[in-house]
Amino acid sequence: MTSEQANAAAYWKANVRLIIWSLVVWALVSYGFAILLRPMLAGITVGGTDLGFWFAQQGSIITFVGIIFFYAWKMNKLDKQFGVEE
Amino acid sequence: MSQFVINMLFVGASFALYFGIAIWARAGSTKEFYVAGGGVHPVTNGMATAADWMSAASFISMAGLIAAGGYANSTFLMGWTGGYVLLAMLLAPYLRKFGKFTVPDFIGDRFYSNGARLAAVVCLIIICVTYVIGQMAGAGVAFSRFLEVSNSTGIWIAAGVVFCYAVFGGMKGITYTQVAQYVVLIIAYTIPAVFISLQLTGNPIPMFGMFSEHTESGLPLLQKLNDVVMGLGFTSYTGDISSKLNMVLFTLSLMIGTAGLPHVIIRFFTVPKVADARWSAGWTLIFISLLYLTAPAVASMARLNLLTTVYPQGVEAPALAYEERPEWVKTWETTGLIQWEDKNSDGRIQLYNDVAPAFTPTAEALGWKGNELVVNNDILVLANPEIANLPSWVIGLIAAGAIAAALSTAAGLLLAISSAISHDLIKNMINPKISEKGEMRAARISMAVAILLATWLGLNPPGFAAQVVALAFGIAAATLFPALMMGIFSKRVNDKGAIAGMLVGLVFTVVYIFLYLGWFFIPGTATFANTPDNWMFGISPLSIGTVGAVINFAVAYAVSLSTVAPPQEIQDLVESVRTPKGAGGALSH
Repeated sequence: MTSEQANAAAYWKANVRLIIWSLVVWALVSYGFAILLRPMLAGITVGGTDLGFWFAQQGSIITFVGIIFFYAWKMNKLDKQFGVEE
Repeated sequence: MSQFVINMLFVGASFALYFGIAIWARAGSTKEFYVAGGGVHPVTNGMATAADWMSAASFISMAGLIAAGGYANSTFLMGWTGGYVLLAMLLAPYLRKFGKFTVPDFIGDRFYSNGARLAAVVCLIIICVTYVIGQMAGAGVAFSRFLEVSNSTGIWIAAGVVFCYAVFGGMKGITYTQVAQYVVLIIAYTIPAVFISLQLTGNPIPMFGMFSEHTESGLPLLQKLNDVVMGLGFTSYTGDISSKLNMVLFTLSLMIGTAGLPHVIIRFFTVPKVADARWSAGWTLIFISLLYLTAPAVASMARLNLLTTVYPQGVEAPALAYEERPEWVKTWETTGLIQWEDKNSDGRIQLYNDVAPAFTPTAEALGWKGNELVVNNDILVLANPEIANLPSWVIGLIAAGAIAAALSTAAGLLLAISSAISHDLIKNMINPKISEKGEMRAARISMAVAILLATWLGLNPPGFAAQVVALAFGIAAATLFPALMMGIFSKRVNDKGAIAGMLVGLVFTVVYIFLYLGWFFIPGTATFANTPDNWMFGISPLSIGTVGAVINFAVAYAVSLSTVAPPQEIQDLVESVRTPKGAGGALSH
């Protein structure tokens, strides 16, 4: 494996790791807090209802926006770090 | 000035704007026609993609669905936004790096097979055609309600307008009209919502107003709403539900389906760089969430408004007398979207849940003989300005906004269809020697044919639109998304695996939906009644796209591992799409 190939492989591995962690957060807020884990959050009240309802109707959307911008920012740094930017 | 004239002015002005843009942004080359020249700024593209994505269903129907279903229908909010996370990380940047014009372009090249290309074209056309039917129907409805023309005349006008800017401008014309349409639709959606939020809670920002205090009662708004709906026998608005399997699978189907929609994916081919594709997905979701964070507020406030209109002294006191109904109820009664039948002949409007056994004794004690007011869900957004007593120009704005939402999505879908035909079928498969000029002509002709087909289907819709849209998401989730993702994330999946996966995913999903919703959506042809008892493992046909996607992945891997690995140059291609370096502009080819 040439050093260029090894670099590309390491870049890809870093990208996949970042994707997996982002997807964990993505699933946690939507399938977790908003649906399956909602009974666990029932004690935390938000404006007349509970935190799970807020995540289902607003919180998950706001988190999704955050995930994408975080991913884009982090990937730009990775691109430069591995010297593969345009 | 009459309401009709005001609506005409708003809609007419918005059309003049779109035509102006069409003349200014005429496409001169295939690169301009397919990807707007590849130089669209990521924020501009984000705005255009938001309009491309937010359809008549998002603008007109979604708030009504949430109002009716409360917590259970949060699936639409999460499902239709969460797909952008998948798109931003799993597809858009790599497909932009690949740098060609269409979705089948990538599938055909990556799986080095015209069979795979053809399978992708077939899936794409089924997805986009089913989806576009709903847009034409939505535009027809908006025209007929606001401009006093018949539904079919409305559909023809919509087709004519799209024809003008899509056929001549291609992606370039569509991009800049979509930006204008986004501005029109977001203003139209937000203004009435702000006023309603102010009236009910004193908070000018609907997304915060929803979680603050209801001024009149001093209770939190959602608690007040729960009290009212439960006092009428409905299920609690914010209450949890017991069976969560379909809630999870339906949300996941919408997310995966969103990420696999070809008309959304191709928008990311128009930005200059790979990094721009990532940023652009974020901007898209910001622009989408301006509407999607307002929608649940509109839903809860409009439902409360409707119920307090019917029960002005509270649900324990007698309901509103029919003779005293407000003006907007009269207006919408003429369209048939609000219907009243005095079942117990007391001249009052009893609106309650007449199918809840627990509430039946209460209703009988009050002398109620069934629910008397039927309100179509779509009204909530369209009648919002009237319910809130807003000036008539706001109604004109809503008319222009609803039409913009339908047209912008229709144009994006039509471009995806026409480029699949002219570029993938004609240029890449039937006649590779076709000149650039010939390909442009083919693209314009296939666009015109696609518009005629969409118009015809809009005039003769098969089944109802909601079912058809479920089919589009199910197929996108079960076919294109897995094929694209495996093409990027696996070097081992080969031509045979990808083709087998797409076909099995397609057939499985379509058959499962048809079994319960009727073959080709023809009423009365369903094999099984569409009830949870009949569903396989309790999975609703609307949620089946997720299962189709899993089957696609499994079949593709199984077939690939038992056949030869892709050739070296394909593995190199996969390597190259994974790194941004050397992307340049979209290739002319």
